[in-house]
Amino acid sequence: MTSVDAAVKDSQRFSFKFRKNISITLSYLLLIVVALFFLFPIIFMFVSSIKNNETQIIRDMSSISAFIPYGDLGLKNYFDVFKQMPFGRFMFNSVFIVSSTVLSGLVLNSMIAYALARLRFKGRGLILSLIIALIIIPTEAVVIPLLLMVNRINWLDSYQVQIIPFIVDAFSIFLFYQFFIGLPKSLDEAAKIDGANPFQIYRKIIVPLSRPVFATVAILQFLVRWGDFLWPLMVTRGYEYRPLPVAIQQFFSQDPKVWGDIFAFASMVTIPSLIIFLLFQKWFMRSVASSGIKG
Amino acid sequence: MISESANSNTKSLEKNKKNRSSLQRRETLAAWSFCALPLSFLLLFLITPFIIAFVISFTNQRLITNPNLPTQFIALRNFVRLFNSASFRQALLNTFIFAVVVVPLQTFFALLLAVLVNQKLRFINLFRTIYFSPVVTTMVVVSIIWYFLYNPGEGLINQMISFISFGKLGPYNWLNDTALALPAIMILSIWQGVGFQMVIYLAGLQGIPDELYEAGRVDGANAWQQFWQITIPQLRNTTIFVIISTTILAFKLFTQVWVMTKGGPQGATKTLIILLYEEGFKMLRVGYASGIGVLFFLIVLAVSLIQRIYLKEERAVI
Repeated sequence: MTSVDAAVKDSQRFSFKFRKNISITLSYLLLIVVALFFLFPIIFMFVSSIKNNETQIIRDMSSISAFIPYGDLGLKNYFDVFKQMPFGRFMFNSVFIVSSTVLSGLVLNSMIAYALARLRFKGRGLILSLIIALIIIPTEAVVIPLLLMVNRINWLDSYQVQIIPFIVDAFSIFLFYQFFIGLPKSLDEAAKIDGANPFQIYRKIIVPLSRPVFATVAILQFLVRWGDFLWPLMVTRGYEYRPLPVAIQQFFSQDPKVWGDIFAFASMVTIPSLIIFLLFQKWFMRSVASSGIKG
Repeated sequence: MISESANSNTKSLEKNKKNRSSLQRRETLAAWSFCALPLSFLLLFLITPFIIAFVISFTNQRLITNPNLPTQFIALRNFVRLFNSASFRQALLNTFIFAVVVVPLQTFFALLLAVLVNQKLRFINLFRTIYFSPVVTTMVVVSIIWYFLYNPGEGLINQMISFISFGKLGPYNWLNDTALALPAIMILSIWQGVGFQMVIYLAGLQGIPDELYEAGRVDGANAWQQFWQITIPQLRNTTIFVIISTTILAFKLFTQVWVMTKGGPQGATKTLIILLYEEGFKMLRVGYASGIGVLFFLIVLAVSLIQRIYLKEERAVI
């Protein structure tokens, strides 16, 4: 009796374990299939970029061999890009424009948010509602008059035209504001008693405590600015100040299309942002998540 | 003795008051010095062009003004012309169709993916990273890759479809076909963007307290019932946010289209922002283009107001 009971229990345990194993296997299978769906265009780009033979790329495009690095492999396409285009210049432009916009944005946006969240002064409520209202205005709605304005002051084809208008951002201010208002008020008071002025409190107390929100704003702004296309397309004409997205679009639209070179160019545009993402992956996820919670 | 101390008390009180008001003055000064530069940037590069957009949408302003043809006030003529123009109506329609199809699909897939990567499994972070990676790939690059995948005839997408359908379907002309060009752009837009909303949903899922599920299990709800009775209602605010932000993004559709089709074939992928760019930048009809910008803003404003109304209702319920 007891041995039968045990056997039944055993087989139950076994079937439970078995079913659990099956469901885990199915989960992984689904996860992998979806992963392939998200990866295949990117793998395809990298693999094609190292195929030296252009006719092979065209021949391979209709089958699984598009994803297999075989045949004449090398960096010829990459060298071709450097021969035809000042790629280094484009990369420098993008890095310079994005980093100076994001970094100065961190300073200015956090400063005004600090004043709004932690200082008491007349006009505070008015400024706060103004900034919340400004979040709604999309850049696309103002690009035409902005173009008219920068054209008037001869800013076309320059770095500043791609940096200065985008440093201060209402949504970034709002994110900083929400974080700062949640910090305990006693911090400022203690510092005030010690004779610290508002600027010192901002520098020495608020900023060191607010690393997460600085990371969030930096990452969200990086994503927007790195991929920005419409505005640089309108304000850059020559090579000198052109950022990567416009440069690769123009390289792509030249006929005849040499796909090996195009994919090499595309890979070089993608690799830096992919590396930054992989390094700060946790922060990216956290930033995106926190952009949504408050909405 | 007593009076003396009282005297000194009032004195120190007065001193305190004076101190406080000077402190307050210093704080106000500091606050305004923190605000001055950011506010002037907003005034110059957002508020001013915003006002100008409204003003010049009532004029026939051009980018390069001709001294013989001074800019004139033409009242609502730009807007009348817009609504009478076939290409504007087409752009408006395309943009709406894009939003109406992409927003529900992308929201649905984002939730599905979030549930998928919310499992407690090994390597789950790896899968989250992979699903998010298109978001960090520049849209221009994404569009170029998919342009190649959509290659008519021999392209990979056509081959896949033909393989799955045992050769019955395709080959399609994708980007050269007026009926397929916009759907093709929809697919890649969802592919590129869905990881972003997935992460927002994932945060939403992780914010649902475990006790709710425990209570559900005690009441005998199965996984499916738990999903509909607990998960979905708890994600209400997240869903509103995801829908609204995806809608606004959908209305901004430009980059993919400009790289892949430039609005063609025959205007099948022309969007509001494509038209705004063409009119304002290529044709230099700044007043007319500003009219498009103003209408675009009004649409975005309407969408945001809907969000406010829904969120308010939610608060009233609580």
